[in-house]
Amino acid sequence: MSEIIRLTAAELGAKIAAGDVSSVEATRAHLDRIAAVDGAVHAFLHVDAEGALAAAADVDRRRAAGEAFGPLAGVPIAVKDVLVTEGMPSTAGSRILEGWIPPYDATPVRLVREAGMIPLGKTNMDEFAMGSSTEHSAYGPTHNPWDLDRIPGGSGGGSAASVAAFEAPLALGSDTGGSIRQPAHVTGTVGVKPTYGAVSRYGSIALASSLDQIGPVTRTVLDAALLQDVIAGHDPHDSTSIAEPWPSMADAVRRADVAGVRIGVVKQLDSDGVQAGVRSRFHEALALLERNGAEIVEIDAPSFEYAIAAYYLILPAEASSNLAKFDSVRFGLRVTPEGGGTVEQVMAATREAGFGPEVKRRIILGTYALSAGYYDAYYGSAQKVRTLVQRDFDAAFAKVDVLATPTAPTTAFKLGEKLDDPLSMYLNDVATIPANLAGVPGISLPAGLAPEDGLPVGIQFLAPARQDARLYNVGGALERLLEAEWGAPLLSRAPDLSSHEMAAAEEGAL
Amino acid sequence: MARAALMDFDKALELFEPVIGLEVHVELNTTTKMFSSAPNPANSAFHDAAPNTLITPVCLGLPGSLPVVNEQAIRSSISLGLALGCSIAESSRFARKNYFYPDLAKNYQISQYDEPIAFDGEVEVELENGRIFQVPIERAHMEEDAGKLTHIGGATGRIQGAEYSLVDYNRAGVPLVEIVTRPIFGAEADAPALASAYVSIIRDIALSLGISEARMERGNLRCDANVSLRPRGAEKLGTRTETKNVNSFRSIERAVRYEIQRQAAILADGGSITQETRHWHEDTGTTSAGRPKSDADDYRYFPEPDLLPVVPSPELIEQLRAELPEPPAARRRRLKAEWGFTDIDFQGVVNSNLLVEVTETVAAGATPAAARKWWTGELARIANAQNVDAASLASPAHVAELAGLVEAGTLTDRLARQVLEGVIAGEGSPQQIVDARGLAVVSDDSALIAAIDQALASQPDVLEKIRDGKVQAAGAVIGAVMKAMQGKADAARVRELVLERATAQ
Amino acid sequence: MSEITAEQVAHLANLARIALTEEEIAHLTTELGQIMQAVEKVSEVATPDVPPTSHPIPLQNVFRADVVGADVLTAEQAVAGAPEADGSRFVVSAILGEEQ
Repeated sequence: MSEIIRLTAAELGAKIAAGDVSSVEATRAHLDRIAAVDGAVHAFLHVDAEGALAAAADVDRRRAAGEAFGPLAGVPIAVKDVLVTEGMPSTAGSRILEGWIPPYDATPVRLVREAGMIPLGKTNMDEFAMGSSTEHSAYGPTHNPWDLDRIPGGSGGGSAASVAAFEAPLALGSDTGGSIRQPAHVTGTVGVKPTYGAVSRYGSIALASSLDQIGPVTRTVLDAALLQDVIAGHDPHDSTSIAEPWPSMADAVRRADVAGVRIGVVKQLDSDGVQAGVRSRFHEALALLERNGAEIVEIDAPSFEYAIAAYYLILPAEASSNLAKFDSVRFGLRVTPEGGGTVEQVMAATREAGFGPEVKRRIILGTYALSAGYYDAYYGSAQKVRTLVQRDFDAAFAKVDVLATPTAPTTAFKLGEKLDDPLSMYLNDVATIPANLAGVPGISLPAGLAPEDGLPVGIQFLAPARQDARLYNVGGALERLLEAEWGAPLLSRAPDLSSHEMAAAEEGAL
Repeated sequence: MARAALMDFDKALELFEPVIGLEVHVELNTTTKMFSSAPNPANSAFHDAAPNTLITPVCLGLPGSLPVVNEQAIRSSISLGLALGCSIAESSRFARKNYFYPDLAKNYQISQYDEPIAFDGEVEVELENGRIFQVPIERAHMEEDAGKLTHIGGATGRIQGAEYSLVDYNRAGVPLVEIVTRPIFGAEADAPALASAYVSIIRDIALSLGISEARMERGNLRCDANVSLRPRGAEKLGTRTETKNVNSFRSIERAVRYEIQRQAAILADGGSITQETRHWHEDTGTTSAGRPKSDADDYRYFPEPDLLPVVPSPELIEQLRAELPEPPAARRRRLKAEWGFTDIDFQGVVNSNLLVEVTETVAAGATPAAARKWWTGELARIANAQNVDAASLASPAHVAELAGLVEAGTLTDRLARQVLEGVIAGEGSPQQIVDARGLAVVSDDSALIAAIDQALASQPDVLEKIRDGKVQAAGAVIGAVMKAMQGKADAARVRELVLERATAQ
Repeated sequence: MSEITAEQVAHLANLARIALTEEEIAHLTTELGQIMQAVEKVSEVATPDVPPTSHPIPLQNVFRADVVGADVLTAEQAVAGAPEADGSRFVVSAILGEEQ
């Protein structure tokens, strides 16, 4: 059974298609793994064992009846709790939505179900996706499978950890400023933020509407490509969804070749501010690509220095408005002040009790940035910086095919280390934010372990909008070259969580 | 509620110049809502739906839901903008207006702020006294309606004193176009009448475009009236109040008049006007203070990130322009000629805000004279007595049917008035009421002759006079016959028969 | 510009309908001052000649046909997640306080 969970999604899908493994067996294997290790990892907020097994049995039955399916049919998947799921609680990691069961499926969830994939449950996240460590979840942090005392990244730490801990072969994430890519970086996994509008946002509990994008969280580049092929495409429910059809990302991985590809290294993001081991793995990866025919070019992107500042105005502003709907009237928590109160007082008491400190901080910040007299200086200026960042990308992509950066400045830090220092926490996103501001796609894949702490390091590639296939080409090629050097995937070096499995089994016995 | 001191209207105008501004909300009658594919309760197909049944995740602002613009709402808005003489923006966009209120599902309203779809228009309005105004239109923008609150507990069903409220989001997301005038100067004593006549013109336009049911009593058409006064000779505009909840043409006129008198009394007394929202109370004919405008009205507008700019093609705009119906003023001139009305008769129809009803009644088969008579006569009288708009009492189709029954001799005017009462009471169509109440004229001559013979026999002196050629004496017999027939007889026919029987005997 | 007072934070909390405690207001006043100081640098490069960008991918005229969708909810579904409902309507506390 245990080898089932070690398979990639592509391999597992092939075995299910060949009849070597049933979807029910595959699903049960992952549910067993969750039962064994999630007490220690806490990647999941909700596991729907019954629903998953029923869905798996249904796929097995339909396949036996001759129905044709895609390559990921029957494969289990974890879903970030930011996506609404019919019949499964959807909280976005917030107390204010505790127990809420939506009456509809988010479009990406509907699409994975239609592809015959099996949603296992909902993964942990920073409350409303605000954070880089998953410590801002109202339901307690997720632990990094490489070192349980460290953060799994955020906001999608649950999805990344579930994949890194072999609790799910792949997962859905959301990326507003790096919430897919930065967790991939610190957990030795693959994460892709597609072009803004490639994947529908319908049913994704909005953080910042003009920045949010749903994408794959996987262990291999091919798995990410296969999942993006399932979830990408036009959705009439999302006005910002791109109407044009997409080429197959999986084909791009299978044909991956970096010969002649021009790779730009963003000067501003390759600095002393980056941890030494992160930087050395980054440059080794570039050297490897160069040896295999890529051309490395230095790129100047001066506006990137202003990206974090613009991001921490735009995001709170949009979030302050998006989160206004949590008011105790139609769904979610209601807290009535002692002795009753007007609806205004009930709303204020509910939001005081239902939101965590980071959410309140950003709502107040965003309310300020939009308020009369400050709009032009803050929100208006931030939107202008957004234009400048786009111009930097345009100029860069006139010279190179893709850009490369370290995904984040450091490896996984200790849980609690930056909790009281929001500004320092915000700096984690320095390399991932520009892509969200400009809407361009980005991938993070493992580049190795940092020598000084033995923790995973990711490398990020960015491509022009709508050119997601370039990321899969370069990412797929680098993954193959690195694994050839390592002799095995990076995750094979992750600690065995079986001691926790044992502990959990003993607990279960009691 | 304490009654405010009022200054005599003429006195107020001596001391102050009234300046008014009008904001009219028009609910579009599209099949679905502005940003969601839920059925639109402002479309007649979905009137009176049960609470919270015209709802998608978007209408409830459910987490994850997203708005998508209704194309027909855009077309209707452009048509309305063009009919108001506005320029259509090359590019317009939506913005979020952020404020908390339980009828607002997302706690922000999607509206248009700095880039409305239509701007800079002008509408011609003619008053009863023949004065013609060009009302300047600042802008017309698209937005979504809010849900409905029902206040429970407390004595009045009003928000004051209520224990709790119930929320129905059926109306949430109904497409609205808000038409905003620039300040209107120079109306003077006509300001109240102009306000009402302007809204009537907007209603005409919306109906002739077919983009709204435009019924004030249903809330399809809502008017907020801004009123300020400035002392004679002053440059600076006075502080204005915004009166809401004005739900009939009559109330618009009354509310503006009331505010002029109320503000004049305060100002003349050395007081100052508070910039605030005021609520109109139909029952007392007064306004009361609502929420004062304050720092709390910081709506934090910003471009709606979930929606994209609306950039109508010049071809679309020209196509919609070509499809515009006649402008109301031209249309009025044409109708007056077609109907052959005198100035006074036509103004009577216009001033009663019944032009649309009369037009539709004529279209439904009535003669113009009959249509005018019923609407400006009996219906206007009843409306006046009940303090409602005549248009809310009966449909043009029913009035045309009623006129047809009179024309055909099935009903006398007197019977027709009884039938109309039934129509207003909702008993059905005129024919159904005639059948149900047995109200038709007795057109069977033999029944009439029997009654006439009996009446003549009981009044031999009258018979004698008629035979002597004193025909006017027949009145007494006719009266007796009509009484005997309980009014269900055609008096002219009775008269004919009386003379015939008197001379025959 | 980055001078933020506790009164301002209290006002913002009221606009945002969050009943912050005094302690939270004090804490946020300090934090917000620091954050605003850091993010204010956008004004260094946001010159008048730079147009603002509100959407990362420029699209326009995205409309839907005026046709009733398949996602209309029943009244039961509509109120299913509500903290309080009375039949098919949502229940909220009185809107005005007694003093009003």
